[in-house]
Amino acid sequence: MRARAAVPLDLGECALITAATNLLLAAPGEDGGFHVPNIGEFFPPAIAFEGTIFEFNRITLVRFVAALVLCTLFWLVARRASLIPGRAQNIAEMGLDFVRVNIAEEVLGKAHARPFVPLLTTLFFAILAMNITGVVPLLNIASTSVVAVPLILAVVAWIAFVYAGIKAHGPIGYLRTSLFPSGVPWPIYIILAPIELISTFILRPATLTIRLMANMLAGHLLLVIFFALTNYLFVEASGAVKAVGVVTFGAAFAFTIFEIFIAALQAYIFTLLTAVYINLSQEAH
Amino acid sequence: MNDVMTLAAEAGEVPEGIWLFIPPLYDVIGSLAALALIAFVFVKKVLPTFNRILDERTELIQGGIARAESAQAEAKEALEEYKRLLAEARAEAGQIRENARVEGTAIVTELRTKATDDAARILENAQRQIEAERQQAAVSLRAEVGTLATELASRIVGESLADAARQSRVIDRFLDDLEAQTVADNA
Repeated sequence: MRARAAVPLDLGECALITAATNLLLAAPGEDGGFHVPNIGEFFPPAIAFEGTIFEFNRITLVRFVAALVLCTLFWLVARRASLIPGRAQNIAEMGLDFVRVNIAEEVLGKAHARPFVPLLTTLFFAILAMNITGVVPLLNIASTSVVAVPLILAVVAWIAFVYAGIKAHGPIGYLRTSLFPSGVPWPIYIILAPIELISTFILRPATLTIRLMANMLAGHLLLVIFFALTNYLFVEASGAVKAVGVVTFGAAFAFTIFEIFIAALQAYIFTLLTAVYINLSQEAH
Repeated sequence: MNDVMTLAAEAGEVPEGIWLFIPPLYDVIGSLAALALIAFVFVKKVLPTFNRILDERTELIQGGIARAESAQAEAKEALEEYKRLLAEARAEAGQIRENARVEGTAIVTELRTKATDDAARILENAQRQIEAERQQAAVSLRAEVGTLATELASRIVGESLADAARQSRVIDRFLDDLEAQTVADNA
């Protein structure tokens, strides 16, 4: 892989290599047999500082690896960035432009987008990096599949859109525009205001959190099932049944590609929705 | 827990129910630290760098466009100037040609006039000279004819007409007769 780094591997090759590596990693334990993975996957035992607030486990470790790799890559590109971009800089600029133009400026408009571009960019790349670890061999888990990261990001998004609303309309004005949308006969407000209150200030961050977390969690479980099943079929099963392993391996391969897509899609959705919420706060409706 | 054969190690303490959605404090702190690191790098280093480069690039392109525009304007100006100079030169050439023509005409006229004058003058001189010569010839002829006639007469008469006064009178009379005769012949 390293020798061919100059030529970007296409998605299929990447997924195949990833799938094969993961298959080897899914080697059975001493007792053998096939066991369906469960939610315990996402709560591995502590590695260090158990019981303290600095407790460190596998997922925490993966999260830091993702953050460090992301920061290092962008730091290196930014340090060597020049007016005439090279290959790496082009890719980095493409990503940054995608968030700035296709998310921030498209949703918020050029004038309003500027102050929120750093936030949205950080959200997008942080989520993407932490999602993509789910298909990276040896890491094999997305740190967004436990609740902490999605929840914190949702709280950040919540603060951002509340801040944008207060800045645009003042505290009272923002509450009025979000709880009492204009153009509705007043008796309707009796039921509309509580609904708006719940949907805007509670359901928005909750759905952001759960959408991201559940997607990554489900993706990981699917991958684990297919890899474990393939391994079981190849190693344990007898005769013709082994051939079924080819099918499950094909499924694992397909789901690896799908997970790469989901990782990017969820980062995009989270960032886009944050931008939309900010926009809704800014505009009186 | 050893019946969970998966990619991950064996599970630690597994939360249940609502606690799946409430992160433990260590996880919150860890996540905050990782996200803060990413946010710091992006906000402090990556975005300013790329924004600067984007601005510089825009400026460069705009500068290039402005330069091209100014060059174009300059070229246009030069063309206008060239055209103006050409027109001026053409006008000047025309003027010079016209002047030359006028001048030539004047010179020709002058020369013609001068030649006519000269011719007239030469003619006059010639006539005058002829007149003078004629008169001279007439005088000389008169004197000579007188002498010859006298001599002839004296030879014929055989008498010397030495007296000048008489001589002169005789000659005059002779000539007057001669002239009168000539006039009569002409008439």
